[in-house]
Amino acid sequence: MAEVTLKGVTRSFGDKRAVDSLDLHIADGEFVVLLGPTGAGKTTTLRLIAGLEKPDAGTVEIGGRPMNGASPAGRDVAFVFQQYSLYPHLTVYENLAFPLRSPARRMDKATLDARVRQVAKMVRIDHKLENRSTRLSGGEMQRVAIGRALVRRPSIYLMDEPLSSLDAKLRGELRLELKRIQKELGATLLYVTHDQIEAMTMADRIGILAEGKLVQIGTPREIYANPANLHVAARLGQPHINLVPPGLLPDAATPAGTRTVGARTEHLEIARTEGGVAGNAEVDWIEHLGDQNHLHIKVGGHKLVTLADPDLPVEAGDRISVRLRQPLYFGSDGQRLA
Amino acid sequence: MSSAKTSSVTAAHSVVEPSPASRRIAGALVILYALVTLVPLAWIFLTSIKSPPDSISYPPKILFTPSLEGYCNLFTTRTRQTPDYIAALPPPSGVCDAVTRERNMVIAGPSNFLPRFTNSLIIAFGSTFLAVSLGTLAAYGFSRFKVPLADDLLFFILSTRMMPPIAVAIPIYLMYRQLGLSDTALGMMLLYTAVNVSLAVWLLKGFIDEIPREYEEAAMIDGYTRLQAFFKVVLPQATTGIAATAIFCLIFAWNEYAFASLLTSGSAQTAPPFIPTIIGEGGQDWPAVAAGTTIFLVPILVFTILLRKQLLRGITFGAVRK
Repeated sequence: MAEVTLKGVTRSFGDKRAVDSLDLHIADGEFVVLLGPTGAGKTTTLRLIAGLEKPDAGTVEIGGRPMNGASPAGRDVAFVFQQYSLYPHLTVYENLAFPLRSPARRMDKATLDARVRQVAKMVRIDHKLENRSTRLSGGEMQRVAIGRALVRRPSIYLMDEPLSSLDAKLRGELRLELKRIQKELGATLLYVTHDQIEAMTMADRIGILAEGKLVQIGTPREIYANPANLHVAARLGQPHINLVPPGLLPDAATPAGTRTVGARTEHLEIARTEGGVAGNAEVDWIEHLGDQNHLHIKVGGHKLVTLADPDLPVEAGDRISVRLRQPLYFGSDGQRLA
Repeated sequence: MSSAKTSSVTAAHSVVEPSPASRRIAGALVILYALVTLVPLAWIFLTSIKSPPDSISYPPKILFTPSLEGYCNLFTTRTRQTPDYIAALPPPSGVCDAVTRERNMVIAGPSNFLPRFTNSLIIAFGSTFLAVSLGTLAAYGFSRFKVPLADDLLFFILSTRMMPPIAVAIPIYLMYRQLGLSDTALGMMLLYTAVNVSLAVWLLKGFIDEIPREYEEAAMIDGYTRLQAFFKVVLPQATTGIAATAIFCLIFAWNEYAFASLLTSGSAQTAPPFIPTIIGEGGQDWPAVAAGTTIFLVPILVFTILLRKQLLRGITFGAVRK
């Protein structure tokens, strides 16, 4: 395991800057997740570290050594692709053994066999070692793909949305397993996803990418509670953060220069209007999710969505009062004010 | 009531599945077509086991006594002798000896058929191997790298197929004479390779394009060089395309007649120009010609049967994209 540092790395495709002077430091043993929408440059960043792309400018350092010009094989990284990752003409065992059989490594048979079986057990595929890799379910395939990365002890594991092609249940299971394995091995891991739940649950630090630039990096808690700007705030939170003009909802004190107020569920205080108090909002409709409800609220032509206790006694058409509680304020440039 | 229900169930079959009736009609048509195309082949084979008089009798004989005379004549040269001389010989040592003596002849030695047939094998398989190897590497290059003017180059490669190859026969003849490649196996191999390689590049590029790059990238990250990744990961997945391409190349090189008759006459002569020369040697020996043709068909038949699974997948490949 080793630390990885990117310094001013830039890569363009045509006139589009996929990665734009990116600085990123991943500490030894750290699990960093890059979160961003499609086209933000997440995959390109991984490919630059792996040596599958050459940077137009900047350097990638692995374990303190600059990697400019080094071949993918010479970088000692492991990569899990989003799909197509298993060699279809090989069995599960051969797929797992493939990296160890590389001429660059020369591992004796007994060590190789022990390592393959150990990893197969770790990713829970040891009962299907002799199967053709094409005869596996999607979840099994992806476990083998992760296992193929784990048989090696590289400087860094790079994973490109490894769980995105799986169904929700499997994704949840593998998410936990991956985190467990990473802790067990003390592995340095850079993980790319557009799924905020994966990012929040697995990462030591989350980096938010937008248009090839690193917008903010920090612990999941920091990123969630203290987003640097509107873009970051919009990436996290379920339901999606509500963005309203200042003054729409009653608030303690709005800082000067506020253009947009961001309010998640925890920033909204909802009360039924009782007695003669006229509510400032109307319940539009309610989505029942079982353990909780999505409350759709109309306030002066704006629509808000918030989570609500299923026991909250409101119905569509009810008047309610909504007020802000320490929401997020953004200026006209989208940057956070307070 | 229940019978009506059953019939409706039988009638309700999938929209895309052909009905049993149309299946049977299709099957009958295929069999009919196969029979029509097989008649000439059957005729050649039957002629090869007829005696010379039977082979030219009119109306043609469907029922006849099979004879190995055609095959004996194909592989040997014979000299005519007097009946007294033949009677004085020791008893015949084999079937061919006996058959030949009945015609008042004795075997003088082996014919040129075997060396010519061997030439055909060496030249056809050798050029197929070369064309497919070069084609695979070129196709991989075009598929994976940014080759300057790639489209123009590919068109240029294809354009070599746009005229009949024989149109360049004279220049090639002169070139080969200068270079000392006339009537050599190497010369013929190079020539057939040159003709086939364009087909190979185009066919194989399609197949290699279909293999996702992620496999090679994964292998390269796993510690392999690009060349190692090519052999370990790309080649095994391209076998279907390689097999299909090899069959097409082999069929061309194996059957080629015009260049072979122009550029070879002696040591490098292949079977196609040799077989007709049998007719000239002492009468029109149709059974021997038919025997030569029959044997000539065998290698291509065996090769195609061995690779038929890949071929079938190969020629339907890419018809349906996922």
